[in-house]
Amino acid sequence: MNLYEYMGKQIFRKYGISVPESYLVEKESDIKPFEKPVVVKSQILLGGRGKSGGIKFARSQKELDDGVRELLGAKIRGLKVTKVLVEEMIHIKKEMYVSIALDRTVKEPILIATTQGGVEIESIPHNELYTRHIDPILGYSDFVGREAVAFMKLEPEIAKQFMSILKILYRVWDEEDCELVEINPLVITEEGKLIAADSKIIVDSDSVYRHKEFEVLDPEKTPLELEASQKGYAFIELDGNIGVIANGAGLTMATLDALTLHKGKPRNFLDLGGTDNSDIVANAFDLVLKAKPKAILVNIFGGVTKCDTVANGIVMAKNKLSITEPIVVRLSGVREDEGRKILKDSNIDSYPTMMEAIERVVKLAGGN
Amino acid sequence: MSAYVDENTKVVVQGITGHQGAFHAGEMLAFGTKVVAGVSPGKAGTKFMDKVPIVGSVRDAMSFKPDATMISVPAPFVKDAAFEAIDSGINFIYILTEHVPFHDSMAIVHNARRKGAVVIGPNGPGITAVGKCKIGIMPNKIFKKGDVGIASRSGTLTYEIVDAVTKSGMGESTVIGLGGDPVVGLNYIDILKQYEKDPDTEKIVLVGEIGGSNEELAAQYIKKHVTKKVVAYITGRSAPPGKRMGHAGAIIEKGVGTAESKIKAFNEAGVKVAEYPTDVPSLLE
Repeated sequence: MNLYEYMGKQIFRKYGISVPESYLVEKESDIKPFEKPVVVKSQILLGGRGKSGGIKFARSQKELDDGVRELLGAKIRGLKVTKVLVEEMIHIKKEMYVSIALDRTVKEPILIATTQGGVEIESIPHNELYTRHIDPILGYSDFVGREAVAFMKLEPEIAKQFMSILKILYRVWDEEDCELVEINPLVITEEGKLIAADSKIIVDSDSVYRHKEFEVLDPEKTPLELEASQKGYAFIELDGNIGVIANGAGLTMATLDALTLHKGKPRNFLDLGGTDNSDIVANAFDLVLKAKPKAILVNIFGGVTKCDTVANGIVMAKNKLSITEPIVVRLSGVREDEGRKILKDSNIDSYPTMMEAIERVVKLAGGN
Repeated sequence: MSAYVDENTKVVVQGITGHQGAFHAGEMLAFGTKVVAGVSPGKAGTKFMDKVPIVGSVRDAMSFKPDATMISVPAPFVKDAAFEAIDSGINFIYILTEHVPFHDSMAIVHNARRKGAVVIGPNGPGITAVGKCKIGIMPNKIFKKGDVGIASRSGTLTYEIVDAVTKSGMGESTVIGLGGDPVVGLNYIDILKQYEKDPDTEKIVLVGEIGGSNEELAAQYIKKHVTKKVVAYITGRSAPPGKRMGHAGAIIEKGVGTAESKIKAFNEAGVKVAEYPTDVPSLLE
């Protein structure tokens, strides 16, 4: 789960990393009287906001009012701006970069730091990056900071502040269950202070039960995705016209792939998971129908989720929701014959293989 | 010995009286797995299905000399359960539970490493040595004894491929699900090493998905170290970047983890990649 810049900065402030003074604006009346030059930053989860017009500079009350008015409600690369951060302008002498991210292969956090900040980290040559894995059992130790500042050739006064930031950053990563904590740029001001001018934090959604403050957010989800997640489904909206219900994340993805290879266009990803409850199947239809598909494909490989349970759920949904869109079902695996019979009795098409079902549903949706 | 487990492997189930734990322990017994004890602190002294003794701690379960454990407890308690198993000296730990915070998984995996224990999962279907031992949740009836070793990051998709292999007339030696989380115990390379030296395995199928770079690393490893035939299937070709496709680990971030990159890596290593899951058997022939 990605956090907005302002949320990340709240966390930095709480742990003791300096951030610019700022306040959040959600409606025009939140704007405070102009005192000193500020930056007006749209709160969206995109890199390169500046280049896309998502950041304005204001040196007067009028520029501040105009900036906020222009950004609030605007769409930047498809994302609607609902919040802007008004932040004091800082005097930048140099921009640096620091992050801690998960290295999945090594299964350890990796620290990356460089004196070249404010740009995409991918564009920096590898030999100019300080990188080090941190053993999660040993945790962060001060030698890491000494090594980093020596590599980066920082002046003593800056080095001292930088080492302190590294140590805090690891605490944030560890205690807030982060997948990524990034400061880019980490600014050295004209006054010689280190300030986090931006924040990018991704927290592990599976850890939300021990971070109740994140429970309310999932800024990346569409309203329908949010509804689905509250109902316990893994659901993602896509832009096609074929509704998809399958079981297992891998099989659901494979279904979308096969549809796409057949020139079909999936409307959504919906993983039923392992279930022996027909209601869960029926409620999945309710969600998919809200996405207004032209046809619906159900792809089930029965195991824990039995084919007859799914068939009963489909029949329930069809009757209860008076579904008129064509439904194509593939059932294979545990209790497949029983399942297919239930569907046949309700005049619903079913097939034993994924390919047959996919060809059929693509035809019904008008593709291919 | 097959890869990791065989007919002599003795298994305990931590959380044997939970809904999932009880169901799958029953299925494992039906498969022929030697489930020697269950752990359920509140139910010590009773029996599971009238035959498997239930004890209150892993330490108590050690009198049954287990080689492996299946952990099926709610996500917030998984780390503690795994530490209990590691500390008691169990060297093979399968974690069924999904939604385990990956910081917990990281701690489990690293502590296991220090004690020389192997971790499978979290959030995967487990391991099945066909005709010998099943630890996990794969359906019992899809397998046929054969020489194809399979390693996958998914559950149901794995069954789909196992089913296709079985229906083609071939069969499986061992099937392992790594798990769909960003941090899991095994990488493909760990399993490739096992399959390469396993006398029961002649051919290998890797089932990958978008996210991370373990498939790419596996491809490099195959090029240098694997003499047996390997084929692959990659899912998530049509997935939009930045979206988690059901598995916490299945996400394309900053251009890393795309299906194209994985398919390219396999092709360069001489590993054929199936377009559809059902194409896997024909590539194995």
